[in-house]
Amino acid sequence: MRVRDLLDVLECRVEAGAAGLDNEVKGGYASDLLSDVMAHAGEGDVWVTVQAHQNVVAVATLVSLACVVVAGGVECEPEAARRAEEEGIPLLRSRLPAFEVVGRLYVAGIRARPGAD
Amino acid sequence: MRLECRVTGGDFQAAGEAAAKLKRTLRQVGIDAETGRRAAIVAYEAEMNIVIHALRGVLSVEISPECIEILANDEGPGIPDIPLAMQEGYSTAPEHIREMGFGAGLGLPNMKRYSDEFRIESVVGRGTSVRMVIKIASKGSQT
Repeated sequence: MRVRDLLDVLECRVEAGAAGLDNEVKGGYASDLLSDVMAHAGEGDVWVTVQAHQNVVAVATLVSLACVVVAGGVECEPEAARRAEEEGIPLLRSRLPAFEVVGRLYVAGIRARPGAD
Repeated sequence: MRLECRVTGGDFQAAGEAAAKLKRTLRQVGIDAETGRRAAIVAYEAEMNIVIHALRGVLSVEISPECIEILANDEGPGIPDIPLAMQEGYSTAPEHIREMGFGAGLGLPNMKRYSDEFRIESVVGRGTSVRMVIKIASKGSQT
Protein backbone atom coordinates (compact mmCIF):
# COMPACT_ATOMS: atom_id res chain seq x y z
CA MET A 1 0.00 0.00 0.00
CA ARG A 2 1.23 3.47 -0.88
CA VAL A 3 0.69 6.72 1.00
CA ARG A 4 -1.56 7.98 -1.80
CA ASP A 5 -3.90 5.03 -1.17
CA LEU A 6 -4.55 6.39 2.32
CA LEU A 7 -5.94 9.71 1.16
CA ASP A 8 -9.46 8.47 0.48
CA VAL A 9 -9.48 6.00 3.35
CA LEU A 10 -8.67 8.74 5.86
CA GLU A 11 -10.54 11.54 4.10
CA CYS A 12 -7.42 13.59 4.41
CA ARG A 13 -5.70 16.25 2.42
CA VAL A 14 -2.03 16.61 1.65
CA GLU A 15 -0.68 19.62 3.51
CA ALA A 16 2.87 19.19 2.20
CA GLY A 17 5.43 16.68 1.06
CA ALA A 18 3.55 15.33 -1.96
CA ALA A 19 6.89 14.10 -3.34
CA GLY A 20 6.60 11.15 -0.94
CA LEU A 21 3.08 10.03 -1.87
CA ASP A 22 4.43 6.88 -3.48
CA ASN A 23 6.24 5.84 -0.27
CA GLU A 24 5.32 2.31 0.69
CA VAL A 25 3.38 2.00 3.96
CA LYS A 26 4.79 -0.96 5.85
CA GLY A 27 3.14 -0.52 9.22
CA GLY A 28 1.65 2.00 11.59
CA TYR A 29 2.26 3.74 14.88
CA ALA A 30 0.16 6.12 16.95
CA SER A 31 1.52 8.40 19.66
CA ASP A 32 1.87 12.04 20.62
CA LEU A 33 5.13 11.60 22.48
CA LEU A 34 8.09 12.22 20.23
CA SER A 35 10.57 10.05 22.11
CA ASP A 36 8.09 7.20 22.10
CA VAL A 37 7.84 7.43 18.32
CA MET A 38 11.62 7.62 18.01
CA ALA A 39 11.94 4.45 20.05
CA HIS A 40 9.13 2.34 18.62
CA ALA A 41 8.06 3.45 15.16
CA GLY A 42 9.75 1.70 12.29
CA GLU A 43 10.94 2.66 8.84
CA GLY A 44 7.98 2.94 6.48
CA ASP A 45 5.34 3.41 9.19
CA VAL A 46 2.40 5.77 8.94
CA TRP A 47 2.40 7.88 12.14
CA VAL A 48 -0.90 9.08 13.55
CA THR A 49 -0.69 12.04 15.94
CA VAL A 50 -2.31 15.30 16.99
CA GLN A 51 1.05 17.05 17.18
CA ALA A 52 1.55 19.31 14.18
CA HIS A 53 4.75 21.29 14.72
CA GLN A 54 8.05 21.13 12.87
CA ASN A 55 9.70 18.70 15.29
CA VAL A 56 7.19 16.08 14.18
CA VAL A 57 8.70 16.25 10.70
CA ALA A 58 12.22 16.05 12.14
CA VAL A 59 11.30 12.83 13.96
CA ALA A 60 9.52 11.39 10.90
CA THR A 61 12.62 12.07 8.81
CA LEU A 62 15.02 10.56 11.33
CA VAL A 63 13.15 7.27 11.56
CA SER A 64 12.29 7.25 7.82
CA LEU A 65 8.54 7.08 8.25
CA ALA A 66 6.26 6.76 5.22
CA CYS A 67 4.09 9.73 6.23
CA VAL A 68 2.52 11.63 9.12
CA VAL A 69 -1.23 11.85 9.61
CA VAL A 70 -2.31 14.77 11.76
CA ALA A 71 -5.70 13.73 13.10
CA GLY A 72 -8.61 15.51 14.71
CA GLY A 73 -8.55 18.43 12.32
CA VAL A 74 -5.55 19.98 14.09
CA GLU A 75 -4.01 22.77 12.02
CA CYS A 76 -0.49 22.07 10.82
CA GLU A 77 1.99 24.78 11.70
CA PRO A 78 3.42 26.51 8.61
CA GLU A 79 6.96 25.62 9.64
CA ALA A 80 5.96 21.94 9.83
CA ALA A 81 4.55 22.12 6.31
CA ARG A 82 7.64 23.89 5.03
CA ARG A 83 9.90 21.25 6.54
CA ALA A 84 7.76 18.38 5.25
CA GLU A 85 7.91 19.85 1.75
CA GLU A 86 11.67 20.16 1.99
CA GLU A 87 12.12 16.58 3.23
CA GLY A 88 9.49 15.08 0.93
CA ILE A 89 7.63 13.53 3.87
CA PRO A 90 3.88 13.58 3.25
CA LEU A 91 2.09 15.56 5.95
CA LEU A 92 -1.56 14.56 5.78
CA ARG A 93 -4.34 16.22 7.72
CA SER A 94 -7.59 14.50 8.56
CA ARG A 95 -10.69 15.84 10.26
CA LEU A 96 -11.35 12.39 11.66
CA PRO A 97 -10.40 11.82 15.29
CA ALA A 98 -7.20 9.83 15.87
CA PHE A 99 -9.18 6.79 17.05
CA GLU A 100 -11.11 6.68 13.79
CA VAL A 101 -7.96 7.21 11.71
CA VAL A 102 -6.22 4.28 13.37
CA GLY A 103 -9.35 2.12 13.03
CA ARG A 104 -9.57 2.78 9.33
CA LEU A 105 -5.88 2.05 8.85
CA TYR A 106 -6.34 -1.25 10.65
CA VAL A 107 -9.31 -2.17 8.48
CA ALA A 108 -7.20 -1.29 5.44
CA GLY A 109 -4.69 -3.90 6.56
CA ILE A 110 -2.08 -1.72 8.27
CA ARG A 111 -0.66 -3.22 11.47
CA ALA A 112 1.78 -2.22 14.16
CA ARG A 113 4.92 -4.08 13.40
CA PRO A 114 5.76 -6.82 15.86
CA GLY A 115 9.03 -6.22 17.62
CA ALA A 116 9.10 -2.59 16.52
CA ASP A 117 11.46 -1.99 19.36
CA MET B 1 35.73 10.91 10.42
CA ARG B 2 34.45 13.61 12.72
CA LEU B 3 31.31 15.73 12.89
CA GLU B 4 30.60 18.59 15.21
CA CYS B 5 27.37 20.53 15.64
CA ARG B 6 26.54 23.36 17.97
CA VAL B 7 23.16 23.13 19.63
CA THR B 8 21.39 26.15 21.09
CA GLY B 9 19.15 25.84 24.12
CA GLY B 10 15.54 26.79 23.41
CA ASP B 11 15.94 26.71 19.64
CA PHE B 12 13.13 24.37 18.65
CA GLN B 13 13.35 25.62 15.08
CA ALA B 14 16.77 24.11 14.42
CA ALA B 15 16.19 21.17 16.77
CA GLY B 16 16.94 17.86 15.13
CA GLU B 17 19.36 19.24 12.56
CA ALA B 18 22.44 17.77 14.20
CA ALA B 19 20.87 14.30 14.31
CA ALA B 20 19.64 14.66 10.72
CA LYS B 21 23.12 15.61 9.59
CA LEU B 22 24.56 12.58 11.35
CA LYS B 23 22.01 10.29 9.75
CA ARG B 24 22.80 11.62 6.25
CA THR B 25 26.52 11.24 6.82
CA LEU B 26 26.18 7.67 8.06
CA ARG B 27 24.13 6.77 5.01
CA GLN B 28 26.72 8.35 2.73
CA VAL B 29 29.55 6.34 4.23
CA GLY B 30 27.53 3.14 3.87
CA ILE B 31 26.63 2.36 7.50
CA ASP B 32 23.77 -0.18 7.64
CA ALA B 33 20.27 1.18 8.16
CA GLU B 34 19.71 -0.29 11.65
CA THR B 35 22.97 1.09 13.04
CA GLY B 36 22.19 4.43 11.41
CA ARG B 37 18.75 4.41 13.00
CA ARG B 38 20.13 3.73 16.47
CA ALA B 39 22.72 6.49 16.07
CA ALA B 40 20.04 8.90 14.87
CA ILE B 41 17.80 8.07 17.83
CA VAL B 42 20.44 8.61 20.51
CA ALA B 43 21.82 11.72 18.79
CA TYR B 44 18.33 13.19 18.52
CA GLU B 45 17.55 12.54 22.18
CA ALA B 46 20.86 14.06 23.24
CA GLU B 47 20.29 17.06 20.99
CA MET B 48 16.75 17.57 22.31
CA ASN B 49 17.92 17.38 25.91
CA ILE B 50 20.28 20.27 25.19
CA VAL B 51 17.53 22.24 23.42
CA ILE B 52 15.05 21.62 26.24
CA HIS B 53 17.25 21.90 29.32
CA ALA B 54 20.58 23.58 28.60
CA LEU B 55 21.87 26.97 27.49
CA ARG B 56 24.04 25.59 24.75
CA GLY B 57 26.00 22.53 23.86
CA VAL B 58 28.00 20.66 21.29
CA LEU B 59 27.26 17.31 19.75
CA SER B 60 30.40 15.68 18.42
CA VAL B 61 30.56 12.41 16.61
CA GLU B 62 33.53 10.27 15.72
CA ILE B 63 32.92 7.59 13.12
CA SER B 64 35.43 4.76 12.84
CA PRO B 65 35.12 1.42 11.04
CA GLU B 66 34.23 -0.27 14.36
CA CYS B 67 31.94 2.19 16.08
CA ILE B 68 30.19 5.52 16.25
CA GLU B 69 31.04 7.58 19.31
CA ILE B 70 28.67 10.40 20.18
CA LEU B 71 29.53 13.03 22.76
CA ALA B 72 27.00 15.57 23.97
CA ASN B 73 28.45 18.26 26.20
CA ASP B 74 26.35 21.11 27.46
CA GLU B 75 26.48 24.18 29.60
CA GLY B 76 23.36 24.15 31.68
CA PRO B 77 21.76 23.43 35.02
CA GLY B 78 23.17 19.91 35.31
CA ILE B 79 21.36 16.92 36.79
CA PRO B 80 21.31 16.62 40.60
CA ASP B 81 20.12 13.00 40.74
CA ILE B 82 21.21 10.97 37.73
CA PRO B 83 19.60 7.62 38.74
CA LEU B 84 16.28 9.45 39.11
CA ALA B 85 16.73 11.19 35.74
CA MET B 86 17.42 7.81 34.15
CA GLN B 87 14.04 6.46 35.24
CA GLU B 88 11.54 6.11 32.45
CA GLY B 89 8.78 8.67 32.90
CA TYR B 90 10.75 11.07 35.08
CA SER B 91 11.11 14.52 33.54
CA THR B 92 11.71 18.08 34.65
CA ALA B 93 10.58 19.60 31.35
CA PRO B 94 8.14 22.49 31.74
CA GLU B 95 4.51 22.17 30.76
CA HIS B 96 4.71 24.09 27.46
CA ILE B 97 7.41 21.72 26.27
CA ARG B 98 5.43 18.65 27.30
CA GLU B 99 2.54 19.92 25.27
CA MET B 100 4.73 19.60 22.20
CA GLY B 101 5.19 15.91 22.95
CA PHE B 102 8.62 16.26 24.54
CA GLY B 103 9.52 15.72 28.17
CA ALA B 104 7.93 12.31 28.51
CA GLY B 105 10.91 11.11 30.52
CA LEU B 106 12.06 8.82 27.73
CA GLY B 107 15.09 10.67 26.40
CA LEU B 108 17.84 9.36 28.67
CA PRO B 109 16.36 5.82 28.81
CA ASN B 110 16.24 5.78 24.99
CA MET B 111 19.88 6.90 24.80
CA LYS B 112 20.94 4.09 27.13
CA ARG B 113 18.78 1.50 25.44
CA TYR B 114 19.97 2.16 21.90
CA SER B 115 23.67 2.55 22.60
CA ASP B 116 26.17 -0.18 23.38
CA GLU B 117 28.05 1.98 25.86
CA PHE B 118 26.50 4.83 27.78
CA ARG B 119 28.04 7.16 30.34
CA ILE B 120 26.62 10.31 31.84
CA GLU B 121 28.30 12.84 34.10
CA SER B 122 26.89 16.04 35.41
CA VAL B 123 27.86 18.95 37.59
CA VAL B 124 24.97 20.93 39.02
CA GLY B 125 25.10 24.53 37.91
CA ARG B 126 27.64 23.77 35.22
CA GLY B 127 26.45 21.17 32.74
CA THR B 128 26.11 17.62 31.60
CA SER B 129 28.21 15.30 29.44
CA VAL B 130 26.94 12.18 27.80
CA ARG B 131 29.10 9.69 25.93
CA MET B 132 27.53 6.98 23.82
CA VAL B 133 29.08 4.32 21.63
CA ILE B 134 27.28 2.33 19.00
CA LYS B 135 29.15 -0.62 17.59
CA ILE B 136 29.00 -1.14 13.87
CA ALA B 137 27.94 -4.65 12.96
CA SER B 138 30.74 -6.24 10.96
CA LYS B 139 29.76 -7.41 7.52
CA GLY B 140 28.36 -10.94 7.60
CA SER B 141 27.15 -10.71 11.18
CA GLN B 142 24.32 -8.31 10.42
CA THR B 143 20.88 -9.56 11.22
